[in-house]
Amino acid sequence: MLKISTAPHINSPQSTQSIMRDVIIALMPAFVVALCVFGVSALEVIITSVAGCVVFEYMICKYLMHIQPTTWDLSAVVTGLLLGYNLPAGFPIWMNLIGCFVAIAITKMAFGGIGKNLFNPALAGRVFLLISFPMEMTTWPKPHIFDFMNTDMQTGATTLGILKHLDAETSATALSRATTNQEQLPDYLDMFLGNIGGSIGEISTLALILGFIYLLYRRIISWHIPVYYIATFMILTTIHWLLTGSTQAEPMTQLLSGGLFLGTIFMATDYTTSPMSRQGRIIFAIGCGILTYVIRFYSVYPEGVSFAILIMNAFVPMIDNLCVPRVFGTRRK
Amino acid sequence: MKTKTFPMGGIHIDKHKITSHKAIIDAGLPEYVYIPIKQHIGAPAKILVQKGDKVKVGTLLADADGLVSADIHSSVSGEVVKIEDIVNVDAYLTPMIVIKVEGDEYEKSIDRTPDIIKDITLSREEIIQRIRESGIVGMGGAGYPTPIKTTIPEGKTADTLIINGIECEAYLTADDRLMVEHAEEIIIGAKILNKALGIQNAIIAIDENKPEAIEKMQSLCRKYVGVNVAVCESKYPQGAEKQLIKAITGREVPSGKLPIDVHCIVQNAGTTFAVYEAVQKHKPLYERIITVSGDEAAETPQNFRVRVGTPASFLIKQVTKHPKKIGKVIFGGAMMGISAVNMEAPTTKLTSGILLLTDKDANKPQSSECIRCARCADFCPMGLRPYAIATALKNHELSELGGLHTMDCIECGSCSYICPARIPLLDYCKLGKMEVRKQLKK
Repeated sequence: MLKISTAPHINSPQSTQSIMRDVIIALMPAFVVALCVFGVSALEVIITSVAGCVVFEYMICKYLMHIQPTTWDLSAVVTGLLLGYNLPAGFPIWMNLIGCFVAIAITKMAFGGIGKNLFNPALAGRVFLLISFPMEMTTWPKPHIFDFMNTDMQTGATTLGILKHLDAETSATALSRATTNQEQLPDYLDMFLGNIGGSIGEISTLALILGFIYLLYRRIISWHIPVYYIATFMILTTIHWLLTGSTQAEPMTQLLSGGLFLGTIFMATDYTTSPMSRQGRIIFAIGCGILTYVIRFYSVYPEGVSFAILIMNAFVPMIDNLCVPRVFGTRRK
Repeated sequence: MKTKTFPMGGIHIDKHKITSHKAIIDAGLPEYVYIPIKQHIGAPAKILVQKGDKVKVGTLLADADGLVSADIHSSVSGEVVKIEDIVNVDAYLTPMIVIKVEGDEYEKSIDRTPDIIKDITLSREEIIQRIRESGIVGMGGAGYPTPIKTTIPEGKTADTLIINGIECEAYLTADDRLMVEHAEEIIIGAKILNKALGIQNAIIAIDENKPEAIEKMQSLCRKYVGVNVAVCESKYPQGAEKQLIKAITGREVPSGKLPIDVHCIVQNAGTTFAVYEAVQKHKPLYERIITVSGDEAAETPQNFRVRVGTPASFLIKQVTKHPKKIGKVIFGGAMMGISAVNMEAPTTKLTSGILLLTDKDANKPQSSECIRCARCADFCPMGLRPYAIATALKNHELSELGGLHTMDCIECGSCSYICPARIPLLDYCKLGKMEVRKQLKK
């Protein structure tokens, strides 16, 4: 007996599962840095968030939706990793699990599961935690490289936290403010490599860029969203810096601190919650860049990447309706 | 050298051109041939023979019914034993003329000498008449009667003839081998088409994964004024008519229009060879080159010269000793081929290849939810959004289909191939086209 089917009879080797596996691989350099800098207190958080997300998804599929669990597409693992990366080392397990629940149950599965969610699950989970537990979410352990078992909760501020704090309280002259900055701020090399305080996965720009290169090499994402996002943000930050007489922290500090790279490379590029046309993706990225700038400079929050991406997520259906690729043999309307 | 290509979408598939160095061999004569009376787009041909008639190779079996139809000739000598509806490759019952093969006698008019005849002595009208009498249709797969394509409609003009030697499908090497072994005949065929169309030049488009054919054609083209070779990127679907015209001339066939609207005529390399044989050697289209291939299921893949109507099983027996291992038989390539319902299905003028898949490879992967990666839209060579077409059909928003340009789909299958969730997007596009046609009829 011959089997029959419609064409085509071959498939690209890339499947949903292989894509997710590649994203996980791309996240590994940041994982290694996190282990080196924060030790077991980071490992604990990541294991909790991954396990939490996978188990919640499995249970909801099996007992609530009565469908074949989608665990093997590995998307819950990616969500878990990203959520963990967005938390400070040593974050309490029970709060972490609440974040997992918000990410998977409310943000993803309530909308219908993979491909149906409007907002990025990991970011929604993080923002929920940030609003609910502001203390714990901003308690950053100081980096202690290669001291794996150190669970000592000696904490310090993040780079952006320092900037915000200075911005708020200092009434000294602009010049002196800039001087103070320089004393407290970590140097660029530490920021680039990851020897700074911050969320588990965001500290090392180098590790995140390595992941980005891997994703580009494997053709998982295109360069458009990260590049347009960061470029927009940097242009605005530089203009701001020049207009304020070059007295505030240099744009480079803004670039290398906070979750900018983690957010632009791994979360703004999430297929489900970003536009489907190239033009749309560029608009989305520019919107994210502007919002990140506005939130970082004019709101009470030191960091704006999560909020910016979530806000732009809400615009995706609209952008998708507006940006339609040109059909061959037609003129653009 | 810079290769030409189309700018929008397209995919790079694993080509599996395992037979590209295998010279064309004669497949031999089966016991019976099954000749369908419809091997083209348009009306089925009118049957002229009866049960018991003795025929020779090249005898006219059925006459074209109207302009959009084609003559059918006997591919063997022998006796007509049956004329009845038989299950065709696509599972539909199709009227076929069954001939029991006896000996191998040819109609006297056919010039069977190996000489290449270079002088084109026939007039424009005579050429078109000869093409019509020889039952030539577009052999790239569409099966559009060639006489119509060699007659420029009133009010239109043509300035470019493109000979399509792209063969971008996986596994197929029939046109490749034909261009290597019969380069000069194809060039003369192009000159004949030039004369019929009243165009001065022809461009032979070959993709870069056929270095032997490119070299052969380029060196021969120096001797023929007005025939040139264009090397195209090895990208799928480079051989699709609209994509090829875009790559070669930069012109874009407007939505819903034909190549002639941008002054281009595209003929397949195999068709061009058939035109040469018809015009110069008086040989009707009763045989063609077919690649029989497959990775594990075909032990000795080959390029065969096959008589029209030869059952697939006759060819399959020659490439594998273990037909039990075969799980799927595909007429055509891996991207656009039709999966045959049984191995007895006859080959036709349009069969460019027979691809054999093992039982394991025959299974299609299960589909899952769309993850909105947009690959289907990014890689669509027509700039369509297959995901939106699928959504419109799922939600029964059939009025949306027109606005999504569903009718512009060329059915290349890039969307289904690339989809990581394995959604059968091409099936949705085809279904969408059927729905639009229904709406238009109302």
